Amino acid sequence: MFADALERVGVTLSRTSAATFEATITDAVDPPAVGVPLTGTPVSLAETPVSLDPTPAELRRATTGVTPASLAVADYGSVALPCRSDGAELVSLFVDRHVVVLDESAVTPDMETAFERFAESPSDSESQSGPESRILATGPSATADMGALVQGAHGPKDVTAILVED
Amino acid sequence: MGTDRDYERLMRTEGPSVRQNTLAFNEGRYDSVARLDDYEALKSEARAIKEDAIERLPDLIEELREAVAEQGGHVYLADDAEDANDYIREVVAERDADRVVKSKSMTTEEIEVNEVLEADGVDVVETDLGEWVLQVADEAPSHIVAPAIHKSREGIADLLNERFDPDPPLETAEELTEFAREHLGELIESAEVGMTGANFIAADSGTIALVTSEGNARKSVAATDTHIAVAGVEKVVPSVADFAPFVELIGRSGTGQDITSYISLLSPSNQTPVVDFADDETPLSELDGDRDFHLVLIDNGRTAMREDDQLRETLYCIRCSACSNSCANFQSVGGHGFGGETYSGGIATGWEAGIEGLDTAAEFNDLCTGCSRCVDACPVEIDIPWINTVVRDRINRGADESAFDPLVDGLTPDEEDSGSPPLGKRFFGNFETVAKLGSATAPVSNWLADLGPNRWFMERALGVDRRRDLPEFRRETFREWAANRTSATAAVESVDSRVVVYPDLYTNHVRTERGKATVRTLEALGCEVVVPPVRSSGRAPLSQGMIRTATDHAEAVVATLSEYVAEGYDVVVVEPSDLAMFEREYERLLDSESDALSSVTDRTYEVLEYVYGLVTQRDAPVDRLTGPGDGHAEAGPDAGGTAAGGRSGDHPGVVYHSHCQQRTLDLEAHTVAVLEQLGYDVATTDVECCGMAGSFGYKTDYYEVSMDVGEQLRGQLDADGNRDRVPVASGTSCLEQIESLIARRPTHPVRLIEPGDR
Repeated sequence: MFADALERVGVTLSRTSAATFEATITDAVDPPAVGVPLTGTPVSLAETPVSLDPTPAELRRATTGVTPASLAVADYGSVALPCRSDGAELVSLFVDRHVVVLDESAVTPDMETAFERFAESPSDSESQSGPESRILATGPSATADMGALVQGAHGPKDVTAILVED
Repeated sequence: MGTDRDYERLMRTEGPSVRQNTLAFNEGRYDSVARLDDYEALKSEARAIKEDAIERLPDLIEELREAVAEQGGHVYLADDAEDANDYIREVVAERDADRVVKSKSMTTEEIEVNEVLEADGVDVVETDLGEWVLQVADEAPSHIVAPAIHKSREGIADLLNERFDPDPPLETAEELTEFAREHLGELIESAEVGMTGANFIAADSGTIALVTSEGNARKSVAATDTHIAVAGVEKVVPSVADFAPFVELIGRSGTGQDITSYISLLSPSNQTPVVDFADDETPLSELDGDRDFHLVLIDNGRTAMREDDQLRETLYCIRCSACSNSCANFQSVGGHGFGGETYSGGIATGWEAGIEGLDTAAEFNDLCTGCSRCVDACPVEIDIPWINTVVRDRINRGADESAFDPLVDGLTPDEEDSGSPPLGKRFFGNFETVAKLGSATAPVSNWLADLGPNRWFMERALGVDRRRDLPEFRRETFREWAANRTSATAAVESVDSRVVVYPDLYTNHVRTERGKATVRTLEALGCEVVVPPVRSSGRAPLSQGMIRTATDHAEAVVATLSEYVAEGYDVVVVEPSDLAMFEREYERLLDSESDALSSVTDRTYEVLEYVYGLVTQRDAPVDRLTGPGDGHAEAGPDAGGTAAGGRSGDHPGVVYHSHCQQRTLDLEAHTVAVLEQLGYDVATTDVECCGMAGSFGYKTDYYEVSMDVGEQLRGQLDADGNRDRVPVASGTSCLEQIESLIARRPTHPVRLIEPGDR
């Protein structure tokens, strides 16, 4: 169902395992690529062409941003992007292509479950002074304000989801 | 209420874009809500959350203040626009900001904060592409979700090419979007303050939800070090978990998307690092997220609305725009015609009355005809037509009483007790008196009414447009006819129903043939039928905002009908707007717990709905009715005319326009099913409303709008495949409008199926 929903909202899905992740991510990014640590997943960007923890200027030069999703909503094809001190929100937003990485266990069935999770464990990240901020993202940014539907408004024009399976 | 708005100009210049876009939104809404497992339950859940939150609002605001303060943020509760603007100015000045970048927010439009900041020398940039186009064009939003809905792609291209002179000139939507993205991207990255609205706010965590698609709200917050969120106090709900039904409903209800691209859930302790995009030294993880957060909660009349039993529902509004999109008049004139200082569409009457006052609401309130097409579309189940009626009633009571002409007062005896509606409204509202006089003196009354000087007088004094044909009163009313005949119930063993056919005003005085056809049809199906004297429903006064008068009618109608129901009668109603009155508005006018009312509404049916029940559940002899091959022996004035003759074997089929309120009550299907069972080939229209909407289309102020709306219906009735079909409609207004739109004579469905002389 998650796969169907992603297709409907215009997100490319790549399934991978920890072993094949490096090849999958290399394939998915359009360089130059920057990223933040993939918390909540068993994989890492360390051995990939993605530059971890970029400077703001490096981020502006990048074409692709790679960030983790803490949760996904199967029937909508939505992913929850945490806004943390590592700058994930910036890396997922100020780029043309966003690659989001998530563990298959992060997929929840529906919106009600997702929001119960948000409300129950508001602060599921490291040292936080309050509830975590997050973006529930569904597909690329879009607008219909210029006379027709256009994918790629202020945010990413293109989104790929990499689902890490056992 | 007179209006000096130039609807003709709006319909010409903005109407085509507005219609095209709102129709696309509606189509998306129908498809999108159909994909939900239980749309109705989700709406009820959303409604319940809002009811509870508004009930507990003071406590929730206190809880919210604490949650935000604990995380180092600030909540400012502003009494009014000026108070809010003073606070925002202070925050911007303290930050020493040169530029504020904004995402779309109707509440900031409401307080007109842009003008205030600009006067301080601050560069205020709207970053939502639609809002930015309007900022460049120096125009106001015409739709609460798609602010530039009235502008075409060509118009936007001309505007940007003229202002920015790009080389090569912009043409496609992609080029326009890319240009705006680049232009605004630079402005966002060098701004100090990001200002957003808030669609929902969680009291327990201080988390705000922003519902967006472009990514500009995300950027405006992430790229700046000061975030000011501006929202009405009504946006507060208990917890983030309460956001879920709204997140599922808001996009579907508005633009017809299952969900928008981004739902930002931002807490006051948002950790996203504050960056300088020129910095090529410091990695993101070493920059801190030291961002100031200010939540400005605006009262601006909302507390008073909360205390107001009638306007309170307005506060449940989530500003989705469904009531705009589903409104036939909005589709024609857009929000510049059907809107106030800030808000537009049906719910705007509640907002503008509460925030700006009755004068502002009075400027556009009459564009709500009460057709009720927005009622099913509203994700929080607000009875938007009722709010419009209440506000109209209040406007009437505030009207100038010295303007009355004593000569015509005789026609309008039901003067409301304190303050009276304007003369034209009282004329339309007291149509019962007019109709009684009309029948009593017919045909002379009809000849007189049509004389030139009288039409001139009616237009000048009463606002009845000269271009409309007036209803033709019958000398013998439907009730008189029924009283003077011997009933002819066919012996049918399986059916033993006793039925009251409600003699609504139009059926009784004007379109008597459809009443007679109803009696004949029900008798043929084995019912014992009576047509007792019952007062008119009160629809006419209610639509003019004369609530007190309408309540008198409601009480009388329920008193009479409940006696019949107690004796075992069912009630059959021919006129859908009266049926809707019984089913919907009477609950508002009378004690909703009233046993008498529920006893009546439980046993009340639209005529074809009743026929459907008799035929499908009680084996009534449907073959006694007239199918396409049977042909009618007689043709009355509201029969189908030449095309409806139904010559055996070559019936052209019918094209059925269901009444707006009938569709809201889910009663279109019954008529279609009965016609199809009898063998008619049925096509249907899908326009929201015929445009006549009771008295609306008769009013000089709105004749042009009414005809523009009607033009959509004409297009469907005369479309390929429908052109030769017999037009069929259930509502009086619809029949009259269709008569003025096309050459074929429309007929009521019961006239089509009534038993012939066999």
